[in-house]
Amino acid sequence: MSFWDRLFGHQEAENRSKDVAKQRLQVVLVHDRTRIRPGLLDTIRDEIVSGISKHVEVDKGHVELSLASEGGQSRLVADIPLKVAGRPRQRPTAG
Amino acid sequence: MPGRVITITSGKGGVGKTTATANLGVVLAQRGMRVAVVDADIGLRNLDVVMGLENRIIYDLVDAVEGHCRLEQALIRDKRLPELYLLPAAQTRDKSAVSEEQMCELCNDLREIVDFALVDSPAGIEQGYRNAVAPADEILVITTPEVSAVRDADRIIGLVEAEGKGPARLIINRLKPAMVQRGDMLDTQDVLDVLAVELVGVVPEDEKIIVSANQGRPAALLNGSLAGQAFHRIGGRLLGEVVPFVELKAPPSFLERLLDIFQATGGDL
Repeated sequence: MSFWDRLFGHQEAENRSKDVAKQRLQVVLVHDRTRIRPGLLDTIRDEIVSGISKHVEVDKGHVELSLASEGGQSRLVADIPLKVAGRPRQRPTAG
Repeated sequence: MPGRVITITSGKGGVGKTTATANLGVVLAQRGMRVAVVDADIGLRNLDVVMGLENRIIYDLVDAVEGHCRLEQALIRDKRLPELYLLPAAQTRDKSAVSEEQMCELCNDLREIVDFALVDSPAGIEQGYRNAVAPADEILVITTPEVSAVRDADRIIGLVEAEGKGPARLIINRLKPAMVQRGDMLDTQDVLDVLAVELVGVVPEDEKIIVSANQGRPAALLNGSLAGQAFHRIGGRLLGEVVPFVELKAPPSFLERLLDIFQATGGDL
């Protein structure tokens, strides 16, 4: 950040509070619009996992379920990694 | 042709519903329209003081609804403009004094005598809000570029849609260009990205709004008020004119002007 930016109060891109505001609004509005309490996502995830697990083996520790909003539409996005026999899934190294 | 009933609402209080109603009333009346501004905030009336007409109230909206007077008797004429009228709210009653059906009947009568009835809704989503929205042909939702106001605006936009009154259009009020420029305030596009709604205007923060409320003279009556000019542009859009959206800029700070001088001299001070 240059001296002049500092002097005029220009902020670095990652520091802009409006970006935080926008990101927080997008999350809270998806929950408001769908009337899904944040805790309900956990319940839904557990039920999806148990449903799918009846047919294929799921890598339960890495299931991700989230709400997204795009162009006025809200969607539930699930990422469900499977455990495939004989070919162990390469786990990302911890860190 | 029957008049248009436009309700100005917001969900959150204090974002500028009353100021917007008063100023849009002035702007449309200046364009030669017959306009009634209607205070639907029964029990907490304020449109009268913002308009500077508080000393001329004899009858109010509830009197007209209950038949204690004719509608024309409750309308206070604003003498600064040829055809601007205020229908004040009752101050000693509450929201339950009027039903949605009664508001619809009242506004049907208003449609016969004015080109525009602008209804100033109370904050919240209870009876008072429903009374204000029930008679509307169009809804203007007003918000400020703050998380709490935008969130409440989203709720209102959804409710309006669900009641078949949509799509609502949006006014962004009290935008501070200097804060937007340094990334500390949601800008117009951010708010539109989040709310996915049609924009009808952006009004900058302007100290003259407080001065004009102090004096009971809506800023649109004053020359040189930035907010007043913004309301003039919104008025044009309500009349169907294509008014370009201007970028609101902060006046240069002392340091920026100093830097300009410094650069203009090639750093040769």
